[in-house]
Amino acid sequence: MSLIEIQNLSVTFDAKGRAVHAVRDVSLSVPARESFGLVGESGSGKSTILRAICGLAPISAGSIRIAGEAVRDPRGKAFARRVQMVFQDPYASLHPRHTIDRTLSEPLAIHGIGKADARVVQALDDVSLDRSFRFRYPHQLSGGQRQRVAIARALMLEPEILLLDEPTSALDASVQAETLNLLARLRDERGLTFLMVSHDLAVIDHMCDRLLVMQHGQAVEELTRDDLAAARMQTDYARALFDASADRMLEG
Amino acid sequence: MSLLEVENLRVTFDTEAGAVEAVRGVSFSLGRERLGIVGESGSGKTMTGRSVLRLIRPPGRIAADRMTFDGQDLLRASERQMRALRGKRIAMVMQDPKYSLNPVMKVGAQLTEGLRRRDRLGANEARRRAITALEAVQIRDPERVMHAYPHELSGGMGQRVMIAMMLIPGPDLLIADEPTSALDVTVQAEVLSILDALVKDRGMGLIFISHDLRLVGRFCDRILVMYAGRVVEELEAANLMQAEHPYTRGLLNCLPRIGGTRGALPSLDRNADWAV
Amino acid sequence: MTTVTTMTQWLRDPAPRSRLQARAGQLWLGWLRLRRNRLTVIGLSIVLLLLLVAAFAPWIAPHNPLAQDLSQRLLPPLSPGHLMGTDEFGRDIFSRIVFGSRITLYIVTLVALTAPLFGLIVGTVAGYFGGIVDQVLMRITDIFLAFPRLILALALVAVLGPGIENAVLAIALTAWPPYARVARAETLTVRSSDYIAAARLQGAGGARIVWGHVMPMCVPSVIIRVTLDMAGVILTAAGLGFLGLGVQPPLPEWGQMISAGRKFLFDQWWVATMPGLAIATVSLGFNLLGDGLRDVLDPRSSGK
Repeated sequence: MSLIEIQNLSVTFDAKGRAVHAVRDVSLSVPARESFGLVGESGSGKSTILRAICGLAPISAGSIRIAGEAVRDPRGKAFARRVQMVFQDPYASLHPRHTIDRTLSEPLAIHGIGKADARVVQALDDVSLDRSFRFRYPHQLSGGQRQRVAIARALMLEPEILLLDEPTSALDASVQAETLNLLARLRDERGLTFLMVSHDLAVIDHMCDRLLVMQHGQAVEELTRDDLAAARMQTDYARALFDASADRMLEG
Repeated sequence: MSLLEVENLRVTFDTEAGAVEAVRGVSFSLGRERLGIVGESGSGKTMTGRSVLRLIRPPGRIAADRMTFDGQDLLRASERQMRALRGKRIAMVMQDPKYSLNPVMKVGAQLTEGLRRRDRLGANEARRRAITALEAVQIRDPERVMHAYPHELSGGMGQRVMIAMMLIPGPDLLIADEPTSALDVTVQAEVLSILDALVKDRGMGLIFISHDLRLVGRFCDRILVMYAGRVVEELEAANLMQAEHPYTRGLLNCLPRIGGTRGALPSLDRNADWAV
Repeated sequence: MTTVTTMTQWLRDPAPRSRLQARAGQLWLGWLRLRRNRLTVIGLSIVLLLLLVAAFAPWIAPHNPLAQDLSQRLLPPLSPGHLMGTDEFGRDIFSRIVFGSRITLYIVTLVALTAPLFGLIVGTVAGYFGGIVDQVLMRITDIFLAFPRLILALALVAVLGPGIENAVLAIALTAWPPYARVARAETLTVRSSDYIAAARLQGAGGARIVWGHVMPMCVPSVIIRVTLDMAGVILTAAGLGFLGLGVQPPLPEWGQMISAGRKFLFDQWWVATMPGLAIATVSLGFNLLGDGLRDVLDPRSSGK
């Protein structure tokens, strides 16, 4: 049985009386400890799938199951301890008026978990942030440091599943490498399951075992990592995406 | 003679915590070619680009031994002379078209505004030129785009409109600050080839600012690599793979590649000595 | 000297070691920004002066503000012993203004504590929960906004009876709707942000999010609004006093003093002018301070 099971998911938004189909009839399943990637260009609905899992976007048809159980509305505290998310923009996902300490201890307070002091310090160590960052405000941190805080926050409740919404696209290429390394290390240490969204095929290839190419809210093609490396794709769109990604790389 | 010459450029910000130097002694010269400036955020690459147009707001200060554009001293130019240069002879394209286009004005009106006000062209002539510019950036349906508001355009379309707008006055130098970072990969390629063709056909100079060294390497003739406000290495793009500086090599190798190994990506070595 | 430098260093430490130090450091930075604007410093000085005068009124005032001396009535300013002259009962106007600052401060403080808090709660709850809650709360707000402020305060005082507590209550009840509007507008922009989504994902309940996450973002704009409104509150209080519906004689309330001086305006101008100047000065002080606070507290300017 898969840890994440999505069947025929559709998400429809109501935009000023006009129905916008953000996601149409998408199915995917991710076994425990696997990393699954969603690739597509802007407007392909890849982020909407993550938001639908968390209850931030409405499910208009289909079902989402986590460890065999259909998700409930509202998601509730038990869900929070199982599934957490890292957002794309580290400048927008940390509360600007909370210190790092407050940001990291908030989930502990919500769930009544004790020893907050020790746990916050441990969390900073885990994401390789110096302890001196503890009482700073987000605006005193760089983008990469903020994203580390966001990752630490997502891990405070020790979830099994991490939803990653373009976690490095707002970062410099060099900081992206460090962040990806951090995520890979944490995944190995904690046996996490990743569902990762990115527009960058190379990033997905680096992090994920399997991936789903999406376009206009629909699934185009599912590929394994080996398929991708050998350029064995069936659809024209997946190939175009592959060519554009490979083309911008200077070989060396 | 080179188009732009910058010698020992410094940009300093006076803050509550004392003076902070964002750019510390950058020198380069530019002909009618494509120059890439690469660095991480905070390396001073954007400030370098903005300094050329003197677009640094207080508390920032610009100082340089020399900064000339086509023989004209940019440091001594009056604000009036600078305004005449900006847009007309030196144009700038920013990262996100969302923030550079006026959201409550139709694209057509924004494109023709400069032509009608500055060049005193009639409505028809201005319109004709705007449509030509949109065609130059390969917009298939220029009539429709002229009547659209910026929010009705996709990111790639908006960025093309921005480039078209910058190109209408026929500038000699274009400064592009991360012009493709906000765009999808497939669109990125198109926008880059448009820029490339324009530089070739019109003989413009181009300063291309980006954090993506491989992208810049593919696209530019010459590259400046910046770190902590200084140029650590200057090299021909063709010789990028022979880069010697460890920082440049680090930037080159830190990107994941399709089909690459899945081991840890090489992390960038940031040595404080390079900044001295 | 060395203690001062260590203190500044402690405040400026980029890596604070405790919650307290982090907070203090932020305040210090705010103060540095505030200090840059000279008009703000003037405004702050006026408000501080008001506080000092109110605190030390018995030591500053040369006379008892209530003591009448009919032989000394209507003396002009700069008479011996009476800096600002005397009123129709021979009371020292300077002493009355000094003691009147206590009443003004009392009213201002009570209004500033109650109305914004109430408005903040109504606005953030309406903005965050939306739907029917929003509809009901905002329509109530609209009803209050539909009446001119002074008229509504007058009506309330007429029902409750004159007096200083009732004046405060009336002013507070008429002052909260704008804060609710400001807070709601701010909440709407904050509500859809990623950090609120992150808090929801951690399982935080509505009350926790509104109180701990949404409100801190609304507080700055409300504080700015409050300082700018303080002038209005002082004027409303003075207006009620002037109409005889606020503080009752013989207590020295500035508005009521103007009202009493009205009868002698043409011959003994100082009786009405002196308290008028006091009202104008204090209102100006709050306005200047509010303008400066806008620059300091605006979240968009408090970046790097």
